[in-house]
Amino acid sequence: MRLKTLAMALATTLLWNAAAPAGAKTSIQLNVHEYKLQNGMKVMVKPDRRAPVAVVQVWYKVGSADEHSGLTGISHMLEHMMFKGTKRYPDGAFSRIIAANGGEENAFTSTDYTAYYESLEKSRLKIALNLEADRMRNLALPKNEFVKELAVVKEERRLRTDDDPDSLTYEQLNATAFNHGPYHHPIIGWMSDLDNLTVNDVRHWYETWYAPNNATLVVAGDVEPEAVHKLAEHYFGGLKPRPLPARKPRSEAPQRGERRAVVKAPAELPYLIIGYQTPVLLASRYEWEPYALAVLAGVLDAGQSSRLSHRLVRSQELAASASASYDLYARYENLFLLDATPAAGHKVTQLEQALYKEIKALRTELVRPSELERVKAQVVASEVYGQDSLMTQASNLGALETVGLGWKTLARYVERIKAVTPEQVREVARKYLINDHKTVAVLEPVAINGKQAASVLPQPSGELR
Amino acid sequence: MRLMVFAMALLALAPCPANAGLKIEHWQTDNGIRVYFARAPELPIVDMQLVFDAGSARDGKHPGIASMTSTLLNEGAGALDADEIAIHFENVGAAFGTDVELDQTSTSLRSLIDPKLFEPAFETFIKVVTAPSFPERAFERGKNQMLVGLREEAQDPDAVASKAFYRAVYGDHPLASPTSGTEQSVRDLTREEVQTFYKRYFVAENAVLALVGDLTRAQAEKLAARIDHSMPKGDPPAPLAKVKPLTKPKTVNIPFPSEQAHVYIGQTGIARGDPNYFPLYVGNHVLGGSGFISRLVKQVRVKRGLSYEVYSYFFPNLVAGPFIIGLQTRADQAKQATEVALDTTQQFIKEGPTEQELKLATSNITGGFPLRTASNADILQYLALIGYYRLPLDYLNTFNKHVEAVNRAQIRAAFQKLLHPNRMVKVVVGGKQKG
Repeated sequence: MRLKTLAMALATTLLWNAAAPAGAKTSIQLNVHEYKLQNGMKVMVKPDRRAPVAVVQVWYKVGSADEHSGLTGISHMLEHMMFKGTKRYPDGAFSRIIAANGGEENAFTSTDYTAYYESLEKSRLKIALNLEADRMRNLALPKNEFVKELAVVKEERRLRTDDDPDSLTYEQLNATAFNHGPYHHPIIGWMSDLDNLTVNDVRHWYETWYAPNNATLVVAGDVEPEAVHKLAEHYFGGLKPRPLPARKPRSEAPQRGERRAVVKAPAELPYLIIGYQTPVLLASRYEWEPYALAVLAGVLDAGQSSRLSHRLVRSQELAASASASYDLYARYENLFLLDATPAAGHKVTQLEQALYKEIKALRTELVRPSELERVKAQVVASEVYGQDSLMTQASNLGALETVGLGWKTLARYVERIKAVTPEQVREVARKYLINDHKTVAVLEPVAINGKQAASVLPQPSGELR
Repeated sequence: MRLMVFAMALLALAPCPANAGLKIEHWQTDNGIRVYFARAPELPIVDMQLVFDAGSARDGKHPGIASMTSTLLNEGAGALDADEIAIHFENVGAAFGTDVELDQTSTSLRSLIDPKLFEPAFETFIKVVTAPSFPERAFERGKNQMLVGLREEAQDPDAVASKAFYRAVYGDHPLASPTSGTEQSVRDLTREEVQTFYKRYFVAENAVLALVGDLTRAQAEKLAARIDHSMPKGDPPAPLAKVKPLTKPKTVNIPFPSEQAHVYIGQTGIARGDPNYFPLYVGNHVLGGSGFISRLVKQVRVKRGLSYEVYSYFFPNLVAGPFIIGLQTRADQAKQATEVALDTTQQFIKEGPTEQELKLATSNITGGFPLRTASNADILQYLALIGYYRLPLDYLNTFNKHVEAVNRAQIRAAFQKLLHPNRMVKVVVGGKQKG
């Protein structure tokens, strides 16, 4: 998959790595122990005894989806500030302590949540729990550190987006597809919002959202569930819950016609992204539809035998690369995405038409049973491979619990995917992959060093229905 | 995300100490494949990696040929075309991959162990690695793909900087050869040249096989034998030429229309097996290899807010790979950031770590040992590393001991002997539009 936002990366992991239902052919049994503390904090423990390691994650249900214009990027900025010290552990003490204990630590912010994690030899689990509980409520937020870290975040934006023409294009796709919905703006924030962010803004955001009743603790590894429960109670139990602001519904007004965006940026290669408005599991009238959409993405892009690889890359040689993706576990309605780079000697317009031809085929003809079986075989295998990674297992649980689906949804994933029929795949293609609900973003390369770059003007869409 | 993790650096430098439970078995097949096997029965998975001394350092007069060869392996093999190969793997949920580095090319397979699924996957894997057909049409398409790839690199200031760095450090040594080739060299490639390259390097005497999974030793032996019997014996290639250290500093400035300048500073480093490996590894951990407890991150990012990513690492290859310091910063800050990075490095070379820094680095490395072999995928990487570079089989089990034995004087001596900032290469890409 080509698009590289954090949300997307995690989504792909989730799509292909959900846990096995009990009684599956493999010998792996789902084994999640779930607790809830009095203050509302959720705790999930997944024992895995293969190595003497524990992964600790704390998930907060706040992300860029909760932000609005003027304050975009604030959740991510807060993530950075969470490492800048509390009263008890000032400055870089957090990192020093984890490091001294041989641990790895990091965090990530997505549209839907912010998560912090440590990976440690199992006997040092308490250290992570102590530090996480401390910074859940005692963050110092020193102004001088804020100023420097804001500069760092701006460098991050330059590195990941401003100097990456494909990222810029993806940013514009979202901003165009979503007029006002929660996925309109980038996780890292618009640069002008970053320029005007203050430490008091961040303090307010922290006090609003970082509370035990807005948090989930996930521990995976060589641990005893009851022991972890007791430790969670010990470290987090004393933290008081806070009333959370009402989250306003964030539905995008129905799209009433195709939208297009052009991005001109220094580049060698044109790039194309198409997004169709789709439901997700949390917001879907029919439970089977998001699973059918996930399978549809697989028919297009699961492995090298998939339609985009086979037809557009190898057979017609129109695309140097092409991919499709869809995240059924997003917190809000999202996009079904197709992105592609034209092959040498071909234009973006040709590629765009070729993609519409593939969409048309999916809307009119049934996919072959062998194609569906292959998608499903890869899903089943991926679910087993996911068991090899503590991070994957823990992240799947944390993400699903945090967005509000509940971790048990994971257990249904494989069987729901297996149940998808060719008729259902055609039905969701007909219902959702329609011209009036699509947004197209095209990167038009601007010369990098004085030479004329190959630029392409998008033709008006004459796509086949 | 707070800090990017450098997988390559981690593998190159941070192999882990003892997982007391990890038993590595080693043998050689009839035709000479060196096999490294570890049993992991908890998950019904098999992972294998077949590594050849066929990296881009072997490109010779054809930059890009190692990449091209690797890309084409699954485009046709035996009587199967690319579609059939993909279908065979994906019908059973298996994943095939290739990776081309400077001093090696590896092919890998991940599969479920159920024989109904594993057999088709493994048979296809053997075909792809031992009998690729390099179909004409796929070859032409492969060329076009590589040309597109080169243009992708040309729009990425980091890729531009990296290529310039290797060119400046290695001159006409094979390690300077760009892994993706050049536009001209790729256009000039012929199918016959690719076939010749393949026949020369993808042979048993030039292969190392790493195997992890729910297998017994006997089963592993059978699998290795099946690969071995499909492969010609061949000969290992001549060792790569020795690397010459830099004698004078070099600065390369490449204008690029980016907000940030990408900076690489460095020189030649060490090869695998260097007697000073541990002092250099532990020392670099303090200087720039340990994220937020490292000097470079503290000085460039934390204290001054100049960069999101800043790091240093040694990249030991079969011959001396580079020592690299990297960072990116808003273009008008490039000079300042570069000066801070160099000053920090110079001071470290002169004084070495403090006692406190050494203690913290040692605790970090040794305390984290179980993390590094916690998954089958991680174990596979270490088997391949130990096997390919002929490290002792107890490398993981003795790693902690070696790290703990390193003292400040050794670090100072090793760094002073090897690193000479006044003879380093400095590459800066970004800032100004040309013309």
